[in-house]
Amino acid sequence: MIINHPLLGPRDSEEFVYLGSTDLIDRPTNWEEDASSEDFYQYQYIRDNIAGNHRELWYHEQGDQSWLVVTRNTITHEITNVELAQDVSRAMGRGK
Amino acid sequence: MSKTRYSAFKVLKEALTGHKGWEPTWRDAEPKADGYDVIIVGGGGHGLATAYYLAKNHGITNIAVLEKGWIGGGNVGRNTTIIRSNYLLPGNEPFYEFSMQLWENLEQDLNYNAMVSQRGIMNLIHSDAQRDAFIRRGNGMLFADAGCEYLEAKEVKERYPFLDMNNARFPIKAALAQPRGGTVRHDAVAWGYARGASDLGVDIIQNCEVTGFNIENGKCLGLQTTKGDIKAGRVGVCVAGSSGRVMAKAGIKLPIESHVLQAFVTEGLKPVMDNVITFGAGHFYCSQSDKGGLVFGGDIDGYNSYAQRGNLPVVEDVCSGGMAIMPMIGRARLLRMWGGLMDMSMDGSPFIDSTEIDELFFNGGWCYGGFKATPASGYCYAHLLATNSSHEVATAYKLDRFRRGAMIDEKGVGAQPNLH
Repeated sequence: MIINHPLLGPRDSEEFVYLGSTDLIDRPTNWEEDASSEDFYQYQYIRDNIAGNHRELWYHEQGDQSWLVVTRNTITHEITNVELAQDVSRAMGRGK
Repeated sequence: MSKTRYSAFKVLKEALTGHKGWEPTWRDAEPKADGYDVIIVGGGGHGLATAYYLAKNHGITNIAVLEKGWIGGGNVGRNTTIIRSNYLLPGNEPFYEFSMQLWENLEQDLNYNAMVSQRGIMNLIHSDAQRDAFIRRGNGMLFADAGCEYLEAKEVKERYPFLDMNNARFPIKAALAQPRGGTVRHDAVAWGYARGASDLGVDIIQNCEVTGFNIENGKCLGLQTTKGDIKAGRVGVCVAGSSGRVMAKAGIKLPIESHVLQAFVTEGLKPVMDNVITFGAGHFYCSQSDKGGLVFGGDIDGYNSYAQRGNLPVVEDVCSGGMAIMPMIGRARLLRMWGGLMDMSMDGSPFIDSTEIDELFFNGGWCYGGFKATPASGYCYAHLLATNSSHEVATAYKLDRFRRGAMIDEKGVGAQPNLH
């Protein structure tokens, strides 16, 4: 698979480390509340496990060490979009 | 329907009478209009074993097994055929040892030649730390009566002179062996269980894809399929690899990611290795099939996938692992490679449990270790479906264990499915 890095251009996926769904950006912020344990459980352990277009986090370990959000079809492995994770995170209203 | 008992006498008789007395091994069925007591979704090894043990152990015979394609066309036909019970943790080891005991009696029980070959499995050790870890594992195996054997480097070299004992990065210092481990003809497991279940009255329905669940007031009443709606008293989903896709139709999210694992076989060679050898430090494992091909594999590709094929970087990684430990493999030509889907769970261990929906049960999360578990998985799932309680060796395989902090993490890598 070739990942079209927004800053560096096309790179072999072997240069990257895979983390998982982009949902992992959205870590619960209510950690001081008792009720947060259920939120953290859902965040940490439960996955949508989508068959189709999946937004996922890849870390360019052997490159510029940026985190990317890659939209990839889990049935065909076709990559249709690559964004910088920090842009995605900001758009979600979080810090970088 | 086949009620024929296979025996040497039967083979001889058929040989002398023109082979006219053989019947289909199992009966291909269509859905009954008035439904079933139990429907198993998934006609793989685990699903067929579940149906067999439900009928045999619990006397429930009004059962259907639904299969999207043909039976045994998924992971039971795609694995590398290894059986072993060399786990460490109390939640796992008794279960896998129970499975090993069922393997040992499988052919007699099913009257079917599954070519169970207890040729032994050997895990290589390369460092003091790894030696300590494997000795601990060995003690865990002894506690469960699984048996094990510790081999010094000299013995390893005597038995398998082709191994690179002095690899610069991973010199072989010792090995932990389980002589009772080995291989089984994987397709025959599916066919044998199908035959056993079919003989006991189970309907095996192929080319029947589940498209939805009929759920009312939190209770599962039946299934929507490509062969119409089918009523069910109880539904057991057993589709590891595709669990995410199927359970999503019931609105249930799981602590599972689907990943692709590749496997490889070389051209047929003369007998060169009489056991299974695993190189955990580099993640490569290998055995030789009865046809002579070296069957080997390694790591999963590492990203979410529902494609039954992988990518080339892992091919290179697996082959370099093979070259590091048994350089002779470089002289063999690769004949075939293929991929299968793995339910990678959050702790590397499986689930056999009820769900939040009444009469809907779940079996999955087998990571890349489902084949060896086939008999015990079917046995314990049948126990759960018949009695609504977990079998004593499968009590740890609950879906809510992460909520309770009761994970069964053999490798200790945490909730990172692609590292298990």
